[in-house]
Amino acid sequence: MLSVGQLQEGVVLDHIPAGKAMDIYKRLKLDRLDCQVAMIMHAHSNKMGQKDIIKVEAPLEKLDLDALGFIDHTITVNIIRDGSIVEKQKLKLPKKLVNIIHCKNPRCISTIEQGLDQVFYLADEEHEIYRCRYCDEQYHSSKKKGV
Amino acid sequence: MRHCMSPLDFSVEEIDQLLDLATDIEHNPEKYSHSCEGKKIATLFYEPSTRTRLSFETAMLNLGGKVLGFSSAASSSASKGESVSDTIRVISCFADIAAIRHPKEGAPYVASLVSKIPVINAGDGGHQHPTQTLTDLMTIRSVKGRLDNMTIGICGDLKFGRTVHSLISALVRYTGIRFVLISPEELRIPDYVREDVLRKNNVPFKEVIRLEDALPELDVLYMTRVQKERFFNEDDYIRMKDFYILDRAKLQLAKPDCAVLHPLPRVNEISVDVDNDPRACYFRQVQYGVYVRMALILTLLGVKVC
Repeated sequence: MLSVGQLQEGVVLDHIPAGKAMDIYKRLKLDRLDCQVAMIMHAHSNKMGQKDIIKVEAPLEKLDLDALGFIDHTITVNIIRDGSIVEKQKLKLPKKLVNIIHCKNPRCISTIEQGLDQVFYLADEEHEIYRCRYCDEQYHSSKKKGV
Repeated sequence: MRHCMSPLDFSVEEIDQLLDLATDIEHNPEKYSHSCEGKKIATLFYEPSTRTRLSFETAMLNLGGKVLGFSSAASSSASKGESVSDTIRVISCFADIAAIRHPKEGAPYVASLVSKIPVINAGDGGHQHPTQTLTDLMTIRSVKGRLDNMTIGICGDLKFGRTVHSLISALVRYTGIRFVLISPEELRIPDYVREDVLRKNNVPFKEVIRLEDALPELDVLYMTRVQKERFFNEDDYIRMKDFYILDRAKLQLAKPDCAVLHPLPRVNEISVDVDNDPRACYFRQVQYGVYVRMALILTLLGVKVC
């Protein structure tokens, strides 16, 4: 059995759907953090059958929880201090997304205006529907369409 | 500072106040004829729209103000690559209020984010056209005397017509409104309007194909043009454009007090033999558009006339 060392200080992202860890690694831009990151893929899970886990040796503030909540708000965020879980943070669908997804409407001003942030707002929480702040084009979050 | 991006920017009470002001302007134009003296409106039209631009300019002139602006992107700095944000920052130094039409959806909103003067969305692609909706509301209220308890038929291009989507969104806020949506299968109302606006608000509606079937029950008939510029395929446009033509014979099926509206320009969807029928309201609608834009300019500039 593969063994990964215990994290003393940092964050563990648990219950990531199997096979999605690399995608989350890229979206959270973990490669840009100057710290150790461990990615465990297809680990055994009683709840999910298989799951991915990411261990990050960095404080929570370094992670973009809005991006993570958008990708999958069912992921568990464990905060680790002195080798133990001191807090489990629940993710929520963020009300607003800035520069996380891009508008695909060719008629949207965001396709031509220089320096404009890509802003989406949560239009329907139940159906996880986001809309572009500029043109109201609809975007389904990861669960509906895949990231 | 307040801007006008969507008809839903205003509450029902605020729309009532705006329409009350527009009606007072209609009946007492002299009272308002100097109310914007010394003020200027910039009409920034990145795509051609003679009707809306002239309506805004007439509105400001009627209020005693002055107008400046451009009527196509080619005659603006956009042709040199200037962004919308930069343009409105510059125009903010010249004018007191701006009306912006742009082919890109959300462009007026982007302008409003950095503008030092109130910005009015004068139409952004297929997205919003709030002053047309306010014009439609004023026309219905003036002709019918109310905005509630009516059966409203909307006919033609219900898929791409932004005026249709805005009007439905604005009218569902009133009680007793029922819609009859008349369109060919290919131009039916988009799902998000059917689900998010109509069903979500429990507004009764039915979708029919034949105009003749709907006409007898309507209090208002809102005709629309099949817009060539919204089609990517010329063949589809040609097939759809003559689907509905309202003529005098068909209008005989309508109630004697049915109000016929159209955002104009029409192509051939309303026959000219309907123009003299007292139920034809589309040219009066243009006049109401000026009053409602005057009211909007006064409201956004915070000008009070006693």
